[in-house]
Amino acid sequence: MIEAHLPVLVVVVLLLGAIVTVLGGGGRGSWLVALAAVATSFFLALRLLEKVVSDGSVRELLGDWPAPWGIELHVDLLGAIIITLVTGVGLVTTFYSYRSVRHEIAADRVNLFYSLWLLAITGMVGICVTGDVFNIYVLLEVSSLAMYSLVAMGKDRDRRALPAAFNYLVLGSIAASFILIGIGYLYMLTGTLNIDDLHQRLSQLPQNRTLETAFAFLMVGLSIKVALFPLHLWLPEAYSRAPTAVAALLSATATKVGIYITFRFVFSVFGTDTGFLGVSNSTILLTCAALAIVFGSLSAARQKSLSRILAYSSVAQIGYIVLGLALLEKNAVEGALLHTVFHALMKGGLFMVAGIYIYRLGSNDLDRLRGIGRKMPWTSAALVAGGLGMIGVPGTAGFISKLYLLRGTIASGEWLLTAAILLGSIFAAIYVWRVLEIVYLQKATDDREIKEAPLELLIPTWTLLGLSIAVGLHSSWVVELLEGAAAAMLGGNG
Amino acid sequence: MSILGSYNDWIFVILLMIGLYGVIARHNLVKKVISLAIFQTAIFLLFISMGVRTGGVAPIIQDDPSITYASPLVQVLILTAIVVSLSVFAVALAIIVNIRRAYGTIEADEIVLIDDRQEEAGEGTP
Repeated sequence: MIEAHLPVLVVVVLLLGAIVTVLGGGGRGSWLVALAAVATSFFLALRLLEKVVSDGSVRELLGDWPAPWGIELHVDLLGAIIITLVTGVGLVTTFYSYRSVRHEIAADRVNLFYSLWLLAITGMVGICVTGDVFNIYVLLEVSSLAMYSLVAMGKDRDRRALPAAFNYLVLGSIAASFILIGIGYLYMLTGTLNIDDLHQRLSQLPQNRTLETAFAFLMVGLSIKVALFPLHLWLPEAYSRAPTAVAALLSATATKVGIYITFRFVFSVFGTDTGFLGVSNSTILLTCAALAIVFGSLSAARQKSLSRILAYSSVAQIGYIVLGLALLEKNAVEGALLHTVFHALMKGGLFMVAGIYIYRLGSNDLDRLRGIGRKMPWTSAALVAGGLGMIGVPGTAGFISKLYLLRGTIASGEWLLTAAILLGSIFAAIYVWRVLEIVYLQKATDDREIKEAPLELLIPTWTLLGLSIAVGLHSSWVVELLEGAAAAMLGGNG
Repeated sequence: MSILGSYNDWIFVILLMIGLYGVIARHNLVKKVISLAIFQTAIFLLFISMGVRTGGVAPIIQDDPSITYASPLVQVLILTAIVVSLSVFAVALAIIVNIRRAYGTIEADEIVLIDDRQEEAGEGTP
């Protein structure tokens, strides 16, 4: 009974949790409910992944209405992987949030915070289970609305969270509207919203202007949502002012789900076999991606606080992922998927480190971090582990995904892109080194006694970063899993 | 198809551009939100005008097979989209109320000035 309804249960558990947490009131209760909901959802996601790996993609008809009329839930390998990633990182960050939320958010709003927290995860998981493009739009707005409010809740620590949240909201809404226009044009052409149906009917259509317009609107909207250069302006402000637990959750999951939607539209709706996706369509994306890598890494090297360095580094990493996607080449697409998963682990862990510094020092401005490596050895070691992954040093997860991306650019003969990836890694080495030099080699300016972070914060941080190193050393099973997903994507109908 | 024949598309595009211009050009946050509303309403018009059929009536099934119906699906979709945009405005206005409390102004350029001054004074994160 549970087996048959896994796709819908994985979402409903979170949604129910979001309602119960509001009723739960303040105190420890709301956190426990949130933890239980995310843990259950993660467990169901693992079952779902296991099922998809063994029997192929899972479909469920809501209310038993047959597919093109009713809404169909459809989880394929890529969807199942992203669901596991989102709920898994969600579980770790929920665990982490207990201390930091108590520290940063007024006690009477904690239950509301967790309600929004669960709604954000609900929306993201929902996007990955649905097989209907309009559903994707609605669920994207569900999660985005929760995220705007979560960012705004950083106001108790820093009032600049409010303008940051407002700008995020305005840009996010424009993005969602563009996606809606794109979906509208697709519906106009085909009369269906079901992803499989859309793909089938689009492949019978001749090349036409409406289709191109739809693709353009969708891509611009999604580029804002994933913060692709030059549409990334909301990201650094939102991530550096949000409550620290929120920054960790969003950096690891929100843009990744945006990437998932991009994959879905590019490969499952338009598809490589329709002859629509060609060189002309990907040139713009490739240019933006290459600029994102160079510009993002360069800006990261000039920031004054750890949070902002990490945020600009995210802009660069999004560039790597979009570059792999837009090349439409086997190795590159695999690299993009690997980077999506690995970057989620590494950046989530790094934002947790940034949060721990805020928890102990009240800020993570670089001049406050002088010599902190000796006072907080475990936290700073986590920073090293994550930082090396950002550069892509062999032995870390970041190395493997970049290797695949490099192979992809070489195989398709795009030497400029190869250069962009290498240049990005050099700049990454510069901004990571700059932080590590301050943390380890400079003398502390104040002699205040600073204790090591509490275990409740260290354990989740090391879970994510340890995992990123573990897959760096033993990558074969992850790579195999994602190669399967990439093959399904490139093989046309995912 | 004549230029005036697709007048609904013209209205859609013009409203969309008015809204987008307002979001970018206005400094007042409430005016930005109103512009966003115009922007999203334009999209509702695009969808609803899609469902129009010449001589179509409201989609309530009748026995007569010669009747053409307007497409009900786009209207249902837009009903959902209206609810979504309503929630967006609720969140946006709630954030604006909080901005007014924290900064004493709702002009975007003044907020930027206040933040810059605070950063120069070295107050940084409280």
